[in-house]
Amino acid sequence: MILALFYVAAAIALLSTAMALSRTNATHALIYLIMSLLSVAVIFFIIGAPFAAALEIVIYAGAIMVLFVFVIMMLNLGEAGQIREREWLKPRSWILPGIFAAALLAELLVLENGLSGTTTGVAVEPKTVGLTLFGPYVLAVELASMLLLAGLVGAYHVGRSFLARDRGVKHQ
Amino acid sequence: MSEMNTLLFGLVLLLSAVGLAAGLTWFERRLLGIWQDRYGPNRLGPFGALQVLADMLKLLTKDDWVPPFADRVVFVFAPTAIVIAMLMGFAVVPFSPELHLLDVNIGLLFFLGMTSLAVYSVLLGGLASNNKYALLGGLRSAAQMISYEVFMGLSLMGVVMLSGSFSLQAIVRAQEDLWFCVHQFLGLYVFLIAGIAESHRLPFDLPEAEHELTAGFHTEYGGMKFAMFMLGEYLGLILIACMITTLFFGGWLGPDFLPPLAWFLLKTGLLILFFVLLRAAIPRPRYDQLMSLGWKVMLPLTLVNLAATGAVALWMEG
Repeated sequence: MILALFYVAAAIALLSTAMALSRTNATHALIYLIMSLLSVAVIFFIIGAPFAAALEIVIYAGAIMVLFVFVIMMLNLGEAGQIREREWLKPRSWILPGIFAAALLAELLVLENGLSGTTTGVAVEPKTVGLTLFGPYVLAVELASMLLLAGLVGAYHVGRSFLARDRGVKHQ
Repeated sequence: MSEMNTLLFGLVLLLSAVGLAAGLTWFERRLLGIWQDRYGPNRLGPFGALQVLADMLKLLTKDDWVPPFADRVVFVFAPTAIVIAMLMGFAVVPFSPELHLLDVNIGLLFFLGMTSLAVYSVLLGGLASNNKYALLGGLRSAAQMISYEVFMGLSLMGVVMLSGSFSLQAIVRAQEDLWFCVHQFLGLYVFLIAGIAESHRLPFDLPEAEHELTAGFHTEYGGMKFAMFMLGEYLGLILIACMITTLFFGGWLGPDFLPPLAWFLLKTGLLILFFVLLRAAIPRPRYDQLMSLGWKVMLPLTLVNLAATGAVALWMEG
């Protein structure tokens, strides 16, 4: 039962990722990407990491992808964007990514043969995740938060100078 | 509960949630009428309650039309997303000590995830309509949801800290001595406002603001698909009321003379009444006021609440 659920979720993840890559309409590509993230969340849940699954939904599918849709709405590409995408997405541009992906797949197959029983579904509680993050990995967490803070300050600065310039034009 | 009973309960839950949401449309209009010194729908059936049926018949028999300039697939998909996400959210609500579909240790996160997925409905509906009012409505809703989701999640962390769990049953049990609405009043305040903003109900219905955006994201929608949007909105309202009951007002806890389920429904019903009263009493803010309220008042408040709760929790531990 669990195995069947896993294969269904994995198939949806693979299929929707492939569709997300090959769509020329940005909105459709994003919807497929969201589907792919949701199916990855299901996989996380099946292999015993419900906390990671919940975060995948709340943060990736629920927040970051919303921002992506927001940007697409602001740009409002429409038909012209779709035509341009189709020009960019020639079969020739698939060659190099195809080779890389094939190399990774080969590596995975070799590893699969060498290693046996890599996952033995152990459920990880939210508390354990928290304790690990703020115990042994506290330095990494702090570094990531500094990076985010820098990004926030940077964005604030960019927004401010843009506003000031706008106001300057009005006063002239 | 056995597997069969769980299935049955799930079915009952689905049907009663949808039925309640439909009934709420009439109930709300009646109440608004009373508070605004007019009658509201009072012609069909006792107290006009059959108005719901009439509305449903009208919406179901209307021509299911998709504008030729819209993105057809996304346009049809958008209204279903909000209904599915909101109904999924009901799975983790604990109605009584035994009555719940799913008691997982990520219950609260599951609820947050489902409400954040419901946003897509409005976004994609606005985008697929290919209409400037709908697009503006969708844009507003994207910015509103992203900002209010931040403190919606953060305001609940105090509750999680005090109960030590994300499981909603555990959170209810942790309130046996004192409901969280007493010492987490800041969290309650922020969650209440963020909850209304999340379900874009009237004081915060800027995505559809009819006097400036025609009807916002659902300008191009009609018939069944419009009904789905409305159903999702009312389901969201009920879900938020259920969550506030669970998280801050002791869920199914209460004196013994009523069964736990009755206490839960009573508290949830009172909260829904309060939401309708808010709609009748408070005008819609301007968009920039909404955003600055969020980032300049709500966020600091939640951070203060978080820091204070954390300090007290540490001090209590010794």
